[in-house]
Amino acid sequence: MDLKDLYREVILDHNRSPRLFGRLDPADTSADGHNPLCGDRLHLSVRLANDRIVDIRFEGKGCAISVASASMMCEAVKGQDRAAVKHLFDEIHNVLTHHDAPIPDDLGKLAALAGVRDFPVRVKCASLAWHTLNAALARSAEPVKTE
Amino acid sequence: MNASPRSDAAAGYDADRVWRDFPILRREVHGRPLVFLDSAASSQRPASVVAAVDRYETYHHANVHRGVHLLSQEATELFEKARERVRGFVNAASTREVVFTRGTTESINLVAQSWGRTNLKAGDEILLTALEHHANIVPWQLLAQQTGAVIRVAAMDRRGVVSLEAFSAQLSDRTKLVACAHVSNALGTVLPVREIVTLAHARGAVVLIDGAQCVPHQRVDVQALGCDFYAFSAHKMYGPTGTGVLIGRERLLEAMPPWQGGGDMILTVSFEKTTYNVLPYKFEAGTPNISGVVGLGAAIEYIEMLGIDRIHAHEQRLLATATARLQRVPGLTIVGTAPEKAAVISFTLDGVHPHDLGTILDAEGVAVRTGHHCAMPVMEFFDIPATARASFACYSRDADIDALVAALGKAREVFD
Repeated sequence: MDLKDLYREVILDHNRSPRLFGRLDPADTSADGHNPLCGDRLHLSVRLANDRIVDIRFEGKGCAISVASASMMCEAVKGQDRAAVKHLFDEIHNVLTHHDAPIPDDLGKLAALAGVRDFPVRVKCASLAWHTLNAALARSAEPVKTE
Repeated sequence: MNASPRSDAAAGYDADRVWRDFPILRREVHGRPLVFLDSAASSQRPASVVAAVDRYETYHHANVHRGVHLLSQEATELFEKARERVRGFVNAASTREVVFTRGTTESINLVAQSWGRTNLKAGDEILLTALEHHANIVPWQLLAQQTGAVIRVAAMDRRGVVSLEAFSAQLSDRTKLVACAHVSNALGTVLPVREIVTLAHARGAVVLIDGAQCVPHQRVDVQALGCDFYAFSAHKMYGPTGTGVLIGRERLLEAMPPWQGGGDMILTVSFEKTTYNVLPYKFEAGTPNISGVVGLGAAIEYIEMLGIDRIHAHEQRLLATATARLQRVPGLTIVGTAPEKAAVISFTLDGVHPHDLGTILDAEGVAVRTGHHCAMPVMEFFDIPATARASFACYSRDADIDALVAALGKAREVFD
């Protein structure tokens, strides 16, 4: 178990300076995510045009993994349409939950999140933002839990 | 209570020798020696407890209070010997006042459902404190929903102290029950329970004390405290999980209806009428956790062998040392700074979320609890999502504090 696999430089960087941090007002859709065990909370707000995420922001508090995951996710999905976001979600989900899943080339810097899979108790930290985005896109106002 | 680092009672306490009594502490985690600082969540067991449980399972097991055959007699004798040991350990007036449960949580639920539903009505008040564990909040909320009783909360200050003034401010003639921790699991605060009992009794209220975090760390005398109910768990005092105790005042237990129905709690059953068994069996429906109770008896024997006052002095010395060392760690804030504390230190480290801290310390072999410690109102009060918590036990050593401080340095390294 090597901490450097979990706390890679790109993750520490996004934790220190989160991108797309804040809140869109008005937004076309939004959702709240909450991880009761560690107290992570985040709010996602999204602007949509046709089926495309034209702008997105997140705000909230959480551990380095959940903040970095939210920050990198927002960067990655901005400008993408629903089908592309769904494809990305499936890839991330597969990488996080399968120890030996190959890491797809198109993940880019999101591949850094793969280090989490060697730390099973931290997987839900990395996946919180993604589940919250799913909820926002499903226009669900219910808080999302990864417990 | 003596918090002095040079307490006489700790003189000659050989922590290394105590440490060697706990086989699990010799193992490695992630290729490093285990440094176990999570005893407030669950303590480890000495070899003598493991052996007592093993001996019972291997040679003496049968159901208790049932058979005329030898094994049943032996099992019953071991079970009841443990009850007498528990009685003596907390100085209960009689073994009729010692009820075995699954743990502190079940003990509290028993009182809420049996005593509470019988004695509370709409408008009556249940008084808790701001630092309670969820297990001493939720059973009362359920009871309040069932009876229309109202929950009041005695406030704490920024140190995590519940003062007698804050307690009295919420106490009234409507208060029918007071439920409070003896020691806070999240902050370490020792509450002035003796004075709380006196104040509550003056208003005619019944008092339950959640002693889960106190019993392994300092001498408890339930008669001297004067409380009506006292609850604790075996697994926080070097015994097995799934076993706990409710000490109850005999007069109250006598008047209470059974909580659960089943075997062992009855004298006669027909389909028209059941005659309940005498105390404490009235509250022990079904086959109990016999090996757990045997293990609890062995755990108390172990504590008594070390001496609870010597354990207390040892832990207080570690608390003083660890507090001083941690206060010197840059960016570290101790949450819970009551003048009288058990050896529990909750803390946060600037720029490192407690959950990240937990992972990094774990990689260094140091096991601490991170999270809200089943005390979300406490976290809310301090406006933090979580803390890291180091807690000490009879087997903790100065070297554990060194390892903790070094691992915190490592966390700083990763995040800077």
